[in-house]
Order: sequence, then structure tokens, then C-alpha cells
Amino acid sequence: MSEKTQEVLRLHGLRKSYNVGLPNEVEVLHGLDMLLARSDFTALVGASGSGKSTLLNLIGLLDTPTAGELFLLGEATRDMDDARRTALRGSAIGFVFQFHHLITAFTALENVLMPLMIAKGKPSRADIDLARNLLAEVGMDAFADRKSDQLSGGKQQRVAIARALVAQPALLLADEPTGNLDSHASDDVFALFRRFNEKLGCAVLLVTHDERISSACDRVVTLEDGRIKGDGVTLAKSGAKPLRA
Amino acid sequence: MWIEWTLALRFLREGRIQSMLILVGIAVGVAVIVFLTALITGLQVNIIDRTLGTQAHIKVEAPDEMNRILPAHAGVMQLILETRRAQRLRSINNWQQVRDALDTLPQVTAVSPIISGPAFARRGEAVESVALVGINVERYTRIIPLQEDIIAGQLRVGAGDAVIGSQLARNLGVSVGDKLRLDAGQGRGSILNVAGIFELGVRELDARYVYLDMTQAQSLLNLPGAATVIDITVRDIFGANEVAARIAGLTGLKAESWMQTNGQLMNALNSQRLSTQMISFFVAISVALGIASVLFVSVIQRTREIGILRAMGITRQQMLRVFLVQGGIFGLLGSLAGGIAGYGLVWVFNHFGPKLFYIPVNPMLLVTSSMLATFTGIISAAIPARRAARMDPVQAIRNV
Repeated sequence: MSEKTQEVLRLHGLRKSYNVGLPNEVEVLHGLDMLLARSDFTALVGASGSGKSTLLNLIGLLDTPTAGELFLLGEATRDMDDARRTALRGSAIGFVFQFHHLITAFTALENVLMPLMIAKGKPSRADIDLARNLLAEVGMDAFADRKSDQLSGGKQQRVAIARALVAQPALLLADEPTGNLDSHASDDVFALFRRFNEKLGCAVLLVTHDERISSACDRVVTLEDGRIKGDGVTLAKSGAKPLRA
Repeated sequence: MWIEWTLALRFLREGRIQSMLILVGIAVGVAVIVFLTALITGLQVNIIDRTLGTQAHIKVEAPDEMNRILPAHAGVMQLILETRRAQRLRSINNWQQVRDALDTLPQVTAVSPIISGPAFARRGEAVESVALVGINVERYTRIIPLQEDIIAGQLRVGAGDAVIGSQLARNLGVSVGDKLRLDAGQGRGSILNVAGIFELGVRELDARYVYLDMTQAQSLLNLPGAATVIDITVRDIFGANEVAARIAGLTGLKAESWMQTNGQLMNALNSQRLSTQMISFFVAISVALGIASVLFVSVIQRTREIGILRAMGITRQQMLRVFLVQGGIFGLLGSLAGGIAGYGLVWVFNHFGPKLFYIPVNPMLLVTSSMLATFTGIISAAIPARRAARMDPVQAIRNV
């Protein structure tokens, strides 16, 4: 298996129910199968209530499936204890959220360093250089020492992307990363995802409502009522690139 | 622990006003506890000093004389009407050996045999009832520092010299160098020279005590070679009961500690200590609740950030420690500030207060209160910290 086609994530009959064992038990995801490889740049789309967020939380190891199995980097995760799950989450997954979610008590640079500081403690010179380079890559090097609440939404989202990448994750999960940005800023952010997917070889899974964004991804997975209704290659993959990259 | 400390300190700094307010709250609480404890301890030390300044910690006396009742023969019912015996003044048997034995006890710091009994002091028409106390100056002053209380003349007994209390001197109109006639009853009397006048500050003693040489007192009281009481001081004054019991067991004599003879005082001191402890306890509880509630609010405010940190790989244990550290920092800083403020109050009391007594400053109190407050801080942070650790990251992130 080549580096590019290496498996990052595999879902096998994945199910999720809420209120298990209660009269109001409800199954939200009804047995999903899916495979993500390193080179994948995938959009996850679906109407609200289709189970997108639930699926994203399961993939992000923030929540556990009721049945089925979720393999991350080949490891079965369903029966992992919280400590192991937390460690794997920290090392293998980068998160970007709709509302940036920077930690306001820290500067932009410190926010980028946060996953490394959590894993290793006081950051080394090399860690700081890596974080600065990432900030430069997202065009935020001039704002490294600003408190994160002094930055605009678009800038905060760039910092959040740098933060998601600092631990060199195999999988980048983004929940409506452009949902809160104007079209210019969202094009910029999208371009960053593209660049890192190609350059660092991390699989990207974007949850989005924005058709412009989803159609610019290589692959679109459509969820409908907790089932995968469509999984196909987009025009973008076939050569035409509607968004500037 | 580096990341826990970093997060804790940043969170505290970001919520500056909140942090300052609770710190002031803790400081006030700790200041109250420190000042109150120092005040009450000072007061108690003062009261005990004054009480024990004029009495021994333990008094050893000959056991009371009892009626000896012969046992009845078998089958005979005995009805007894007993009149308790009058306790005549008498010597402790072998008091020299008892003294030497007591000298060797490790808890005992000074031993002083004395002979004491009643007499009348006369000058012209004036008569005062007095207590004769025959002492060995060198031993006696180790128990009661009489030399510090001499207000006229000098502490000299023996060879016809006596030292009397200031009130007695005033009542009889005598001063140093004057003669004083002592009458111990049954025709035994003696004329003594007033060598010195003392003032112990206790009216009863200043009006009644006449210190003599032991031999002189022995002949006046008609008990040649006798000692009626052995005064003792001990290292730990609150351990006096145990030492007294030990001496009684060892010698078969009657040994009474100052705590037994001052039952009322001990009662008062104990109630005072108890009420101080109650106040301290409730102040500490409210400080702890203050810390807990501030951290609770902080956990709620930081729900989103906790979720993010969990998503980025921080463990539940680490999250727990972030808030425990905050509780500990609150306790430590608040108690240091409060300790300093408490000592400030003590200083003000000592310098500008009513000057009834001096509060000694014990640096250990600061150390103990800081340690206790830090511990309290950590304990009170436990519930909010658990809440932070248990937070479901999915809920936390969604909860914008």
C-alpha cells in the first residue's frame, strides 16, 4: 500500500443510539461503512438532523459508537479506555470548529502550541519553530504574540487550522470551518485545507452546508437520515477547480 | 504538571477581578483566624503566667490522716458513725529523699520543699493573721521568681530576717529594717527583722505571706526538721495532671496539680479555646465555600475551553488538576495575604491597643495556617474540578 492510499479511517457497520435502554431510545446512525485514505479530501454533507455532527464526534473519538467498529490508523477504538482514546485523539486527529474555539487566555502562538504542550509539557525550541512556521503558512506570523480574542474571525480560524496541524495529525476534522466567515475569508481557509492535504498528506474531512465548498472537494459523502446516501468523486477531482487553490 | 500549572495560572489571570475578589475574601477569613488565635493564645498565656507566677505547678503534701476502723468479726454487723479527723500540720515523711527522687524526674524542672503554717504578726496594737512560709531561697526562686518582685530591701531570710508582702507592711505600718513580732500560738513567738518587702500583685498573698528561713519556721511551728509541702514546676504545664498522678503513685503522697486547684480557670480557658476553634472552623468553612463557588462559576464559564482542551488530548486527570491547582493557589496566596494582615492586626494591638497584655507572635501559626488554607483550597476545588473533568467534550463544544 503506497503512502498516499494508506488507510487512515475505516468505519464498519457503525451505529449510534441515544437514550440506550430507555423507552425513547433513538438510533441516529444506522450502520455506516466508509474508508478514508491519507490523500482523501472529503466533504461530508447532509441536511440538519442527518447525523453529520454525531458522525463527526464519533470519528473524532469524542463519543463512542453503540455498535460496529471504528478503526483509526488501523486501531479498533470502540473498547478503548478514556485515557488511551484521549491520547490517540491528541496525536492522530486535528480539529477545526465553526467557532474557532481558541483559548482566550493565550496568544495565537501559544494556542498553536497547545496540543504539543498538552502532550509533552513545556515546548522545546523546535516545537516553537514548528508552530511559528505553521503560523507563517497560514499567513499569521505577524500576529503570533497577539491574544487570540484580539483577532478577527478569519484570523482566528487560520490560527485554529495551524493549531489543528501542529501535532502532525493523520486526520483533520473540520466542522463547518467556513460557516462563520464571509466568502473571501472562507475561500482563503478552504485553500489552506487544500494546501495542507497535499503538502502534509493528512486526510481532510469537512462537514459543510456550503455547496461551493463541497463541490470543490475531491469526494463528497452525503448522509441522509443516518445512512450514507451518496459517496462520489466531484468535478474538482476530475480537473476543474471552481475555487482558487 | 507543567501544562496544568500554566493553564491554572492563565485562567486565574484572565479572570482577574474574580480572582482578586475571592483572594480578598480568603485573606479576610485567614486574617480573622490568625488574629483571633493569636489574641486568645496570648490572653491564655498571660492568664496562666499570672496564675502560675505565684504558685507551683504541683503541690505535694502528706496524705490526709484517716480514722482507722478495725474490721468487724465475721457475722457481726458493724454500724459506724465516723467523725473525720482534724488535719494537723505535719511533716512529709522522709521529705529529703522524696525531694532527691523528684529531682531526678525528667518532666520536673524545679523542686522546692517548704514549711508553711499559720501565725499572727503584731506591731503594737495591730494584729494580722499571716502565713509563715519557710523556704530555701535558692530552690524556691526557681519556682516563684520572688527576687523580681522585691520592691524594697532585699530577698534575705535567715538569721532573724524575714521578707513580707507589701499589703501586710502597709497594714502594720512597717518598712525595711523595722522589727516584726510573730506569734505562732502555744507560746511560741519570735521577733524578726524586715529585710525586704515584695509585691506579687495578688492582694491575698501580698497581705499574708511572710517568708522565713526553713529552720526558723520549723521552730516557730514546732515541727523541727520538717517540710509540709514540696512545690514542683514541670516542663509542660498542661501535662501537670499526669506528672502529679505519677508522683502520687511513686511516693504515696498527695500531689495536686495547678489544673486541679484552679478548676474554674481551666474551665474558662477550655471554653475560650473551644469558642475560638468554633469561630475559626466556621470562618474556614465559609472560605472553603467561597473558593468552591468561584471555581464552580469558572468551570461553567470555561465549558467551551474545557471541551476544546479535551478534544486536543488533555486527559480528565489533567483537567481535574488544573482546577485543583487553582484552588491550592487561592488558598496559598489568600492565606499569605491574610496571615500578613492578621500579624498587622496583632502588631497594632500590641502597639496601639489597650496594652492589657502582649500578644506573642508565633511564626509557626503563619506556616500552619497557610498549609491548612492551601489544603482547604484544594479540597474545596475538588467538586468543581470533578465537574470539569467529567465534562463531555461533545456537549462542551456545542455549548457556545
